[in-house]
Amino acid sequence: MKSRTIKVDYLARVEGEGALFVKIRGDKVEDVKLKIFEPPRFFEAFLRGRRYSEAPDITARICGICPIAYQMSAVHAMEDAFGIKVEGPLRDLRRLIYCGEWIESHVLHIYMLHAPDFLGVPDAIHLAREHPQIVQRGLQLKKAGNEIVTLLGGREIHPINVRVGGFYRVPTRSELAPLLERLKWARDAAIETVRWVARFPFPEFEPDYTFVSLRHPGEYPFNEGRLVSNRGLDISVREYDDHFTEEHVEHSNALHSVLKPRTPYFVGPLARYNLNFDRLSPVAQEEARAAGLADGCLNPFQSIIVRSVETVQACDEAVRLIERYERPAEPSVPVHPQAARGYACTEAPRGTLYHRYRIDESGTIREAKIVPPTSQNQKTIEQDLWQFIPQHLEESHDKLRWQCEQAIRNYDPCISCATHFLKLDLDRE
Amino acid sequence: MPNPSQPQLLIIGVGNPFRGDDAAGLLAVRRLKSAGLISAKIVEHSGEGASLMEAWKGARAVILIDAVSSGGRPGTIYRLEPASKPVPAEIFQGSTHAFSIPQAIEMSRALNELPRQVIIFGIEGRNFQAGTELSAEVNETLPELVRRVLEEAASLQTTGRIGE
Repeated sequence: MKSRTIKVDYLARVEGEGALFVKIRGDKVEDVKLKIFEPPRFFEAFLRGRRYSEAPDITARICGICPIAYQMSAVHAMEDAFGIKVEGPLRDLRRLIYCGEWIESHVLHIYMLHAPDFLGVPDAIHLAREHPQIVQRGLQLKKAGNEIVTLLGGREIHPINVRVGGFYRVPTRSELAPLLERLKWARDAAIETVRWVARFPFPEFEPDYTFVSLRHPGEYPFNEGRLVSNRGLDISVREYDDHFTEEHVEHSNALHSVLKPRTPYFVGPLARYNLNFDRLSPVAQEEARAAGLADGCLNPFQSIIVRSVETVQACDEAVRLIERYERPAEPSVPVHPQAARGYACTEAPRGTLYHRYRIDESGTIREAKIVPPTSQNQKTIEQDLWQFIPQHLEESHDKLRWQCEQAIRNYDPCISCATHFLKLDLDRE
Repeated sequence: MPNPSQPQLLIIGVGNPFRGDDAAGLLAVRRLKSAGLISAKIVEHSGEGASLMEAWKGARAVILIDAVSSGGRPGTIYRLEPASKPVPAEIFQGSTHAFSIPQAIEMSRALNELPRQVIIFGIEGRNFQAGTELSAEVNETLPELVRRVLEEAASLQTTGRIGE
């Protein structure tokens, strides 16, 4: 029986470092282990004993790519605990800053990390040499997202302007106005991006996934909604722990999330898209249809198209939000902490991000629980590899290794959210 | 093209304050700022590559400070000048980003946007686990790192390497 060994010591173009171990004997995959060494337990412990108001800025440090997602889940969980509702222009500004983060994060992944997989170049630097104008378009598009986050977040890196109840400071209409033209350009650039990536060659691969995402009565989901799945799940975020659990996995210090009793599930752009197509704006729907995704998208390799469609959505939504913006009289609503539990899910670029807090009567955090999207997707990534590898055993050693890396990259796994120094080893025997 | 809104000298400290020695770059620039000794724009940065490229675009000279992990003795200071040769990507694996300093430098170079002078100071870290404690070696070497950056900044400014 023929036996081969593949070893990948380092997984390029995944946020953080990963460890993957795959064991193949002959034509059979015997083992797939995606290893995560360190879940965000440090932050959960670090939060205990801190003020409720510190949670947004502390958790924002968990990921340099999606700080807004952490801030949003943190503030919504606190507001849930204290019975606060943030509405009107303040709610719009939160959607706007989230649009900025989606644009930044998606464009980074599309252009710098994922596109090289489909174009036969080793990385985005080669892409920049061969197609500088395409890479420049990506950089400018990403910058449009940066500008939103910088303006509303107070600074470009580690935004600090988001608070429980609203913002520390809100912009005037004239401060937002210059963004409008940029974002109209960005919307066109995002449309060009959809058309560009839709032409890439994709392997045929359509597993039978359980998709989970937020769903809102009238909006493509960012901050609010019920948690739904394509298998009939329809729950409030407060019921999260009744339906999802984290299993300790022997090969990893991380916990793998499952839908009870033991179903792996899929969060992120593909899940949101398949569960919320009808909530996309007309221009995003039109581009998705033209890209061939009218009937949904089950192929994770095509997630690059879905990320591009979501970038169109985020740019279009940002334009609308800026156009209708009226500066609120106060930058935040009053907050009165009380002993309570608070729960929130928001849709980070990579998928649903769950926060849960227990607060005491003085406003001190007694318990914190954070489940990043990458933790939730891990089991599904492993399942993809179990299915994908046997279909490609005839490939050369290097090509199969590269395809495994690509299958992981489909999820844009922000492994730094789930861990740090995750070493990715792919072993093939 | 030099950008008139950019300062002559930009000093960027890269890191994450919750990743042990990865905070070294941030702490170094905070010391530079509080010392108030140099006329340069000083910024703290997470190390995400695309926004780094944006940050240094049009600057004449850039000094980057970051923690590195090359297997060397913790606290060792490295000085790299990427103008002539690529930055070894593997030593920056302390970064949590797939697109970070080495990739940003090479991409800026590919797009003809790399500032004329780029100096990177790396400090070898011991511990990059989640936490807020610096290792003793890195903590002890920080003053020396700050002194070397000040020297470099002064040299860039007095030898005219920043000028037209």
